[in-house]
Amino acid sequence: MSRIGVVVFPGSNCEYDAAAAVERLGDQAEFIWHTRTDLDGIDGVILPGGFAHGDYLRPGALARFSPVMAAVERFAATGGPVLGICNGFQVLVEAGLLPGALQKNRGLTFLCQPTTLVVSSTSSVLTRHARVGQELVVPINHFSGSYTCDDETYDELVRNGQIVLRYKENPNGSRDDIAGVANKAGNVVGLMPHPERAMSALLGSADGVVLFEGFLGVPLEQPALAN
Amino acid sequence: MIREVLDREPNSLELALYGVMWSEHCSYKSSRIHLRRLPTEGAHVLVGPGENAGVIDAGDGIAVAIRIESHNHPSAIEPYQGAATGVGGILRDVFTMGARPLAVMDPLFFGELSDARQRWLVEGVVSGISGYGNSVGVPTIGGELTFDDCYASNPLVNVLCCGALPTERLVLGVASGVGNLAVLLGSSTGRDGIGGVSVLASAGFDGADGAESLDDAKRPSVQVGDPYEEKRLIEACLALLDDGLVVGIQDLGGAGIVCATSETAARGGVGMDVDVSAIPLREAGMEPFEIMTSESQERMLAIITPENWDAVAKLCAKWEVRATVIGHVVEPTIDENGRAVAMLRVRQGFDGEILAEVPASSLADEAPLYDRPMSRPADLDAINADDPSDDEPVGSPNDDLLDLLVDPAWVYRQYDSQLFLNTVVGPGRDAALLRLGGPGLPYSERGIALSTDSNPRWCALDPRTGTSLTVAESVANLACVGATAKAVVNCLNFGNPEHPEVMWQLSESIDGMTEACLGLGLPVIGGNVSLYNESGGHDIDPTPVVGLLGVVESLVAPPPGWGWREGDDIVLVGTRHANSQYRFPLGGTRWATRRGRRGGHVPNFDAETLAAAIDFVAGEIASICAGVSSDVTAVHDVGAGGLATALAEMVAVSQLGAGIVELEGHAELFSEFPGRFVMTTNDVDAFVARADVAGVPVTHLGTVGGAVLRIGSMINLSVDEVASRRRGALEESLAAVG
Repeated sequence: MSRIGVVVFPGSNCEYDAAAAVERLGDQAEFIWHTRTDLDGIDGVILPGGFAHGDYLRPGALARFSPVMAAVERFAATGGPVLGICNGFQVLVEAGLLPGALQKNRGLTFLCQPTTLVVSSTSSVLTRHARVGQELVVPINHFSGSYTCDDETYDELVRNGQIVLRYKENPNGSRDDIAGVANKAGNVVGLMPHPERAMSALLGSADGVVLFEGFLGVPLEQPALAN
Repeated sequence: MIREVLDREPNSLELALYGVMWSEHCSYKSSRIHLRRLPTEGAHVLVGPGENAGVIDAGDGIAVAIRIESHNHPSAIEPYQGAATGVGGILRDVFTMGARPLAVMDPLFFGELSDARQRWLVEGVVSGISGYGNSVGVPTIGGELTFDDCYASNPLVNVLCCGALPTERLVLGVASGVGNLAVLLGSSTGRDGIGGVSVLASAGFDGADGAESLDDAKRPSVQVGDPYEEKRLIEACLALLDDGLVVGIQDLGGAGIVCATSETAARGGVGMDVDVSAIPLREAGMEPFEIMTSESQERMLAIITPENWDAVAKLCAKWEVRATVIGHVVEPTIDENGRAVAMLRVRQGFDGEILAEVPASSLADEAPLYDRPMSRPADLDAINADDPSDDEPVGSPNDDLLDLLVDPAWVYRQYDSQLFLNTVVGPGRDAALLRLGGPGLPYSERGIALSTDSNPRWCALDPRTGTSLTVAESVANLACVGATAKAVVNCLNFGNPEHPEVMWQLSESIDGMTEACLGLGLPVIGGNVSLYNESGGHDIDPTPVVGLLGVVESLVAPPPGWGWREGDDIVLVGTRHANSQYRFPLGGTRWATRRGRRGGHVPNFDAETLAAAIDFVAGEIASICAGVSSDVTAVHDVGAGGLATALAEMVAVSQLGAGIVELEGHAELFSEFPGRFVMTTNDVDAFVARADVAGVPVTHLGTVGGAVLRIGSMINLSVDEVASRRRGALEESLAAVG
């Protein structure tokens, strides 16, 4: 059983949901307050959704300076799996752990709705159990989720298979329909959609299970949970 | 009257305290004698009206708290902040009870969108709710959207919040224990929102020269919200309660510190000394009356024992929440008759000069009660007589139907409706359905359902029956997600109570609510009265909004929605004809209102017939939620817009047409009365047999299939036309240039 650290900034709000997804698959979730400076004994880190530090200035811009981020950076550098969901993705981008930036949505409104994602690379901890081309129904919930990057970065992302998830129908104006990207090594992944909200047919979709199973390193031969 | 209470002349600070506390908004002085008629009892009711929120026992060791409020006048002036602070205020009411807020709903009422100002209001209010609610981390799971010219200068922004807590942790806003400390938590106190309850909420808008005059003079009375402060305040307060560090807790809403201190002291029967110089201020030079009555947002008052101060300070520091001792709980004062009187004293320093000294209960509970004159509007008979049910159809029913279709998705897409992984049925359906779960709650397989409903068109014609039918409609909505109604909260939005016609409407409406709640076995566990909704001397139509809370005993599978399947049989469940002088009344329908026909009668309220249909549907759907297989494939309440609208909505959602039998003319297409449901089944014989046993009438309407919605010879529309019209209606109206 893995111990997964769920980082909590003041203003985070999806930490309980991320922990529930981890525990649903049999692993242990532990909240890590943002002032902590170590990640001793932690096997994987999730930066959950929400509004860290109120999203003041711009999403993620203040959170990158929280003491815990230096520890996350060290953890990532040693190959530890790191997942940023929504606001967590914004924090990883601001912290320079992932390339690119997230702008306001094309329509300039907040969007909470289901989206269909298409797996475009399986060379990341998040997508390693999925198939390229596999479609997953996962909701989005953001105001600033339109992914952008310069041409050079984009070419590199494509070349290295770092674009891990794309929207089937682009809801927010993201460059090349990008919903999630990984670092070159594939151990740090960020995505705007919320896979922790897609863990149960009762709530509309269980398509997030395959992503969390990948992230948690659940052995492939183990069958996916039905619901 | 104040002179009688004090037995002397009040000083100017004392007068200011009474001014805000005895405002209509805080004291309910015009409505209280009528509100007493509402039934409030029930075996599962843990806390009834009068507290910060009503609370029921939902089972499995979980209590559910619910509250509804209005933020109408602030939103009329400053829509973003007005709506945002409305959300903030209602959350504090709920976590004051020890409950974590788990869901918000927003019934909204504006003028017609052909007016540019209305479009500005809609966009401002919706982005205010979105901006605050999403950031503070509470899902917004539904609401209502109504457009009518009567709200053009006085929009209504109501907000309902529901939260849950382990039953044993229920907290009441009581100060007790002489020597205990009153600790102000959260924001510093500024000049924003001074007199919000009196200047704004308890007066109408003059509006003599149109909407422009609404704004400027009153804008400083609107508060400004900070959801990040509120989020940390919620977490800090819930953690204080988890750790058992507080004796009592109270939110600071309308009338600010004076309200919170006097209410907690009055409830506890103890005195309270408040040091006005201890209160952290945002700006220099504030007068004591400003400090005491400021409505600066994101503040709470906690009563703690002195021994716990260090722990409280440490926990608040973690959440970056300011905590300041501003008051001491003291012995009540003994008056000359030997009676103990809980005094609220405002001092300059705890040992310093006494600036004000008044009995706490005189502020909190002893405002004058008005029995204002009432009279039935003189023109109501003529309005009732002008009944559109007798109208000959004009034009094409196809166009009439398309005109009624509006998908509110543009609004609710802007709200986080899913946080906490509870949302089984989100916004845009008959009712919302949530798992009964959340941080800190014991596991439960139960679900809770919520619906907010109103029908000002009915209530303008007959406030008593209109309100009864509104309650019935809401209970019917809950049935569509398998829930049995357990409790009612209400937000009574009316005009100027100094108009006898408005007082009559209010009184009738309360009687109608009483009748419906008694007939359907429901307690009213909380409410809010918003008066002075007028502009330029014109009162809004009476707009009682009800919020219904229901429970689903076992929620392991989602209930069927509006999406039907090829080949299913379509049935109408419930009495086909209205209990009315007309088989299919059109008075107060959206169809008639869209044609400028605002007169007529409303159908009768018949609790027994309604309850039979509602109970049958709730039972059918509840068994699906419990995981039992069923022939039922879709269900939709017949509500605003009538049967044709319900069918068209199901067509739009499922992208599948239907062939429906010939109906009894255009009136049956568009007539509105509760207790009817469109359902689909893949085994119609079995379904009809179950309905027969329950004694509920079923009418076979037709079958699902094809790319056209055809209703006899009257309606013939392609699925694409229905779906695209519904999808685009709201956005096209909002994008109009004008």
